[in-house]
Amino acid sequence: MASSSTNSPCAACKFLRRKCQPECVFAPYFPPDQPQKFANVHKVFGASNVTKLLNELHPSQREDAVNSLAYEADMRLRDPVYGCVGVISLLQHQLRQLQIDLSCAKSELSKYQSLGILAATHQSLGINLLAGAADGTATAAVRDHYHHHQFFPREQMFGGLDVPAGNNYDGGILAIGQITQFQQPRAAAGDDGRRTVDPS
Amino acid sequence: MSNYTNSPCAACKFLRRKCTSDCVFAPYFPPEEPTKFANVHRIFGASNVSKILQEVAPHQREDAVNSLAYEAEARLKDPVYGCVGAISVLQRQVLRLQRELEETNADLMRYASCLGGETTSAYGGRRG
Repeated sequence: MASSSTNSPCAACKFLRRKCQPECVFAPYFPPDQPQKFANVHKVFGASNVTKLLNELHPSQREDAVNSLAYEADMRLRDPVYGCVGVISLLQHQLRQLQIDLSCAKSELSKYQSLGILAATHQSLGINLLAGAADGTATAAVRDHYHHHQFFPREQMFGGLDVPAGNNYDGGILAIGQITQFQQPRAAAGDDGRRTVDPS
Repeated sequence: MSNYTNSPCAACKFLRRKCTSDCVFAPYFPPEEPTKFANVHRIFGASNVSKILQEVAPHQREDAVNSLAYEAEARLKDPVYGCVGAISVLQRQVLRLQRELEETNADLMRYASCLGGETTSAYGGRRG
């Protein structure tokens, strides 16, 4: 990832038209083959602000910071008014709608479950009522009918309703319009639309 | 809006310059909100903000400034991910709810088909 100053300056130094030193703070994060990444970040944040930000961070955090800055810069250039705040707004709206839809679906499901319990109860009563019949075949028939047509097995009643919480935030970035291009867990934002990042 | 005859806007106060009548920052950085400009300046820089404002139509500038202020504040609170962290969390929540909705809908369809089958079977038909 680090640009070899003996071979090629990093994208930042190329953009700034300066010599890329071995200790260049930008070199590890702005490879020469991604010139747009630095150009965007420079346009929105400025090189000195980025330098200050990076210097305040532990080296292990800098790549994620640069990638999230690059993402923000990219979004701001695409949407000068709202930037990635527009994405947040859109996601919040999506979330609200999904919550409403889910609430309706679960409400509907609970009606079916109630019907199922009622039906099972009726069938059970039917069996009990027939238990006193002298002829046991009727009882057996109803019992078989119940078992063959038991359509509310417990695993189906509760299957799919227990969704493990998957809200652990590990800093992965996903963006509306570019969602499929982002992968967890590292923040990533390239300048060429390619935002797949290998997990550390 | 800052009345430049009385008090410089927060930007000019921060930058220690005279707040003129055509100050581009004055409408959006009132003097009673000094932190707003301080944050935006720290993350984006005054000249970058000025350029962004000039590229945006006047009626959109307030929204642009507010979104920049939001991003700046988020970045100061979380220097590594800024507001992109919030996007990540929201996206995960959306995906989780989408999955849950799909599963609930699948359950609904199963119940619906079972009820249809039960009705049929109650009348001697096969189970659906």
